[in-house]
This record gives sequence, C-alpha cells and structure tokens, in this order.
Amino acid sequence: MRSPEDRGLRESAIFDKASIAAIQHAAETGIYDIRGWGAKRAVPHFDDLLFLGSAISRYPMEGYRERCDTDVTMGAENASKPMELDIPITIAGMSFGALSAQAKEALGRGASAMGTSTTTGDGGMTDEERTHSDKLVYQLLPSRYGMNPDHLRQADAIEVVVSQGAKPGGSGMLLGQKISERVAAMRTLPEGIDQRSACRHPDWTGPDDLTLKIQELREITDWEKPIHVKVAATRPYYDTKLAVAAGADVVVLDGMQGGTAATQEVFIEHVGIPTLAAIGPAVRALTEMGVHRKVKLIVSGGIRTGADVAKALALGADSVAIGTAALIALGDNDPRWAEEYEKIGSAAGYYDDFQAGQDPAGITTQDPKLAARLDPVAAGKRLANYLQVLTLEAQTIARACGKSHVTHLEPEDLVALTIESAAMTGLPLAGTEWVPGRNGDL
Amino acid sequence: MEALTDTTVEIDLSQSTVRELNAELHAPTSKSYRVSNSRGLHSVAVGIKDEIDVEIDGDVGYYCAGMHQKGNLTIAGMAGPGVAENMMSGRVHIKGHASQSAAATAHGGLLVVDGNASTRCGISLKGGDIVVKGNIGALSAFMAQAGRIVVCGDAGEALGDSIFEARLYVRGSVASLGTDCIAKEMRDEHREELAQLLKDAGMEDEANDSKYLDSFTRYGSARTLYHFNSGE
Repeated sequence: MRSPEDRGLRESAIFDKASIAAIQHAAETGIYDIRGWGAKRAVPHFDDLLFLGSAISRYPMEGYRERCDTDVTMGAENASKPMELDIPITIAGMSFGALSAQAKEALGRGASAMGTSTTTGDGGMTDEERTHSDKLVYQLLPSRYGMNPDHLRQADAIEVVVSQGAKPGGSGMLLGQKISERVAAMRTLPEGIDQRSACRHPDWTGPDDLTLKIQELREITDWEKPIHVKVAATRPYYDTKLAVAAGADVVVLDGMQGGTAATQEVFIEHVGIPTLAAIGPAVRALTEMGVHRKVKLIVSGGIRTGADVAKALALGADSVAIGTAALIALGDNDPRWAEEYEKIGSAAGYYDDFQAGQDPAGITTQDPKLAARLDPVAAGKRLANYLQVLTLEAQTIARACGKSHVTHLEPEDLVALTIESAAMTGLPLAGTEWVPGRNGDL
Repeated sequence: MEALTDTTVEIDLSQSTVRELNAELHAPTSKSYRVSNSRGLHSVAVGIKDEIDVEIDGDVGYYCAGMHQKGNLTIAGMAGPGVAENMMSGRVHIKGHASQSAAATAHGGLLVVDGNASTRCGISLKGGDIVVKGNIGALSAFMAQAGRIVVCGDAGEALGDSIFEARLYVRGSVASLGTDCIAKEMRDEHREELAQLLKDAGMEDEANDSKYLDSFTRYGSARTLYHFNSGE
C-alpha cells in the first residue's frame, strides 16, 4: 500500500499526526498525558553553534599527544572535602523508583570508572548507588522522601533541588505501577498510589531562607561537603545570583530539554527556556559577582556529544550533567527490544513511557523480571565507554582551539549559525561580527 | 564513641561560635550540655546523633535541632522556623512557642511544644510525632504522610491538606479542613494512642482523664486523591 505522501496527501503542519493523536487521546480519556524523556520539540540548541578551530591567528595543540586536562573541582572555596572530578561530565539526579536498582548501580559503575559523580533523586539514597558510586551527590528535594542525615554525612556533595528543567514550578510524580513495596517503604507512602512530590520546600520559602538552609546543611555535615543548588532554566540570571548569594558552591542549571521520569506533556514542552539560552545569563551573573569559575556552573538538558560538552564549557559552564543520554548508553531504546516496544504501543527510538514501569530494557521499571534484564556490569561499561567518547571529543575540539584544558574554551572560539542562537548566546553570526541587539546592523 | 563524662558542659554562644558548638555536639565528650546566650542564632544544635542531653537557655533562630537523632534537647525559649526539621528519633521540647514548619518532614522522634506552633506545623510529616499544648497555624500537616500530631488547642485554616496516612488529634476548633482531610471516628486504639502521646509529652493527668480524651477529634485522609484519575 502506498504511503499517504506517495498518494499526494498532505499532512498539516499545525495539526500534524502527533497533535491529532494528542487530541484524540484527550477526548477519549479526559486525562492529560504524563510521560518521561524530555522536550521533543525543536528549539535552538548547541547544533546552532560552531567552533572556529585554529588557523594562522590561532595555534592548535597536537591532537593525540599534547596534554589537554579535563578535571574540575567542586566546592574548593567552602568545603573541607571538595569533590574532585576527572571529567567535566556528571550524571544528573535520577531516583531509585524512577529507575531500577540495577540501573542505579550501572550508573554508579560507569561514572566511577571515569572518575565522575552520580546523583541521587527523589526517594533517597540506596545502598546500590552508594556502594557503586565513588562520588555521590545527595539531593535535598522538596518532598524529602527518604531524607536521612546519615546519608547526608555519607554523601560527597549535597544538592538542594529547587526545580528541574522538565517542569519548573512542578514536582515529582511516580505512578502507582512503580510504587513497589521497597519504593513505598523508602518514601513512607502506601504501596500502589500515584505519588506526587511537593513542589515547594517545606521549611524555606525564599532566597533569605535558602541562605539559612545552606548554613544548616553545612553545620550538620561540619562544613565538609560542597553544596549545589539546582534550578530549572527560567530566569537564570536572577536565580544564579540568588543561589550564589545564598552560599552555593555549585549552581546546576537544567534547561527545558532536561529529562524526566514522569511529567505532564504540557509541562515538558511549554515551560522553561532552552539550555542554550540559559547559559549566557547565568555566566553573566557569576561574572558580575566576581565568582565565575570559582562557584561552579553545571549545565544540563540535551547534552549528547562531546561537541555539546565543549560548547557548554566554551559558553562558560564548568561541567555538564547528562541524564537521558546516560540512560540511552545503558540500553534505553535499544533496537534489541524492538518487538517488545511495539507490543506496548511504542517503538525503539521513540519509547518515552518511563512512568508506566514496563520498560523492556529494565531501566525505568520496578518490575523485578524486567529489571533483571539489565546487567549492571555490562551497562556500566557501556556508560563508561560513552563518557570516554564524550571526553575525547571535547578534548579534540579543545586542542583544535589551542587549549590545554577543556575549561579554557571560551566564547571567542565559537560562532552562531542562526540569528536566534546569536541573539541568545551573544555570539556573532558566522562570517560576520554581528551580534543581534548589541552592535548595530549586519 | 569514647566514654562520656557525667559532668554537664557549659557552652556560652557569646564566647563560642555555632560551628564550634555543633562540632562538639557531633563528637560529644559529655552526656550533658547546657547552652547559654543562644540569642536567636540559626542552626543551633543541628545534626545531633548521640544519646546526649542538651538544654538551650534562650531563644533560637532557624533550624534548631535540624535532622535530630537520638538525643534529648530542650529549648527554654522560643524556636524559629524549621525547628526539629527532618528529625529522625529522640526528643525535642520547646518550652515557649515554635515558629513555622516545626518538625517539617520528621521521620521519627517526638517534638513537644508547650506554647503554640505557627503555620505548616508537621508539614510532610513522615513518621514523627508532635504534641502542641497550644494552637497550630494554617496549612499544618500539609501532605503529612505518617506520624501523629496532637493539638490541645485550636488548628488554623486548611488543616491536613492533601494528607496521606498521618493521624491528627485536635481538641479545639479547626478553622477549616484542607482538601481530602476529614474528621474520623475515634476508636479505642486511637484513644490509647492519644493517651500515650500525652504521657510522652509529660501530660500524665490529662492522659488519665477520659473526659479530656473525649474532647479530641481525629482527622485523617479521605484517600480520594491517591490516584490521578480520581478527583483532581
């Protein structure tokens, strides 16, 4: 049978197939769509930037021989035990509950092999992730599910989560299918209920309170640990300034492309700003406060390649964090499960029903049989391989730009491919010296 | 931990810093401490994790007794926001009033407030117990998951909004109930539970007074919000 296109039928650009399906689903169920993954719409991104490399005016480093360091230290200013990472790529916060214990272990194994950190999530710290993560960031979330001062003291850093890129102003969700006995016990909730986390912290309400909250966390842990503050990319200039003023050692900035295990589709696609647009204002805030490269900036949301890593660093970040890409590296959306994805109404490469707990790859599930499919050792090795490739790619670009450390990359190494990305980043449009809104006509 | 002395150690916060106090309490050398000149300072006596007695003679600011474990802490004064937040075990006793978010997210232990507690008392409670001899403010027990709250006075607006499985006992009036919070039958096991909590709070006479116990109403979850397609 010929495809509709072959028969000359024309799909609507406005009412495309996905829009029609969404209307039909809403009409049938009366319930909004909840899904995982992150924003799927096209927004200005790192692909809209290019590196210039070197020529006569810039001198490159030898590609495979000359030293190009990748280490980054978090919390050197305030923490008696700063967190030293070998690579500027960390694993973003993802909960046990959203992910299987095997997936959490695999993340720990892969990150540890490359000398970087993983992060807990809503629901607390599991033995699997503490045992297998050499460097573990413990999140303090609005829900405080599983919040335990013993775990706080065991952590290598503490991350106060204000919001996440997939849902700025929203809160965690975990549907009943994934509230197993163990998850329910960790979160002090009845088994099988649809769990919604709080969207506001229970004991602080504004920037002045946050200052005191950070002080309390430092006091409880004897000023040992770096304190991160994670914010969704919405008003990054102001949020960065407020986080720094409150005493953060690290600002984690999560763009709208940042992933989620379960969020309303309308939230994922329509709230927050793109990662690309968020970095500039945050760096400006840090620079104005005289703390750029002292208070560290971790950027997340849509990091896929070493080029993305290098571009984020060149715009002024000190590190990136990956979530969705890390899950793909573990085996999420792997074609080997194609038949099973089809059975549950999806397809390899499209699967985003992380909320449903039926993940054929055994990653976003609490079903013991499905979770047992993921070999934490093999999956951890895949993640380590991927992290290595990201690092090598970022180093390749840094050397081409003449840099002996990846964080020496700078905005002058970049140009913008589109007017939008030029305006958002303050970089000149490629082949010109024009920055929209800043220096006159093209 | 090395053997602790029985001699009470005096710490004067006009001479020592909060950081020095907390460092001592995290590696205690004595079974008993008395802290003076607290003057509304923040993060006083946070992160205690040993069975020690600490008495604070004065008012404290934010987060006193934050994430408290095992110890027995008394505040002879007023307590600022977030007192005993995320308490895990042990006992915290405030002889004055408590500000907002008292015992927020407490997983265990007992908080006793002789006076009133402000808004959001017991917010997101996760298994801890709270006895307030006076009144509590609005939005108390918001999203409270487990644990018990006893209020010998009145409760403010929106009590127990979006509550899960925590049990609330209020003797006086309730300005309004929050979404999905309802009055519930007071069965024998609840009277016993209430009496025990009053005893634990040092209210032995009231605990043995059946008329006093009868004057309480129990509140809890109607459980209509436990699934996304069931009432939002």
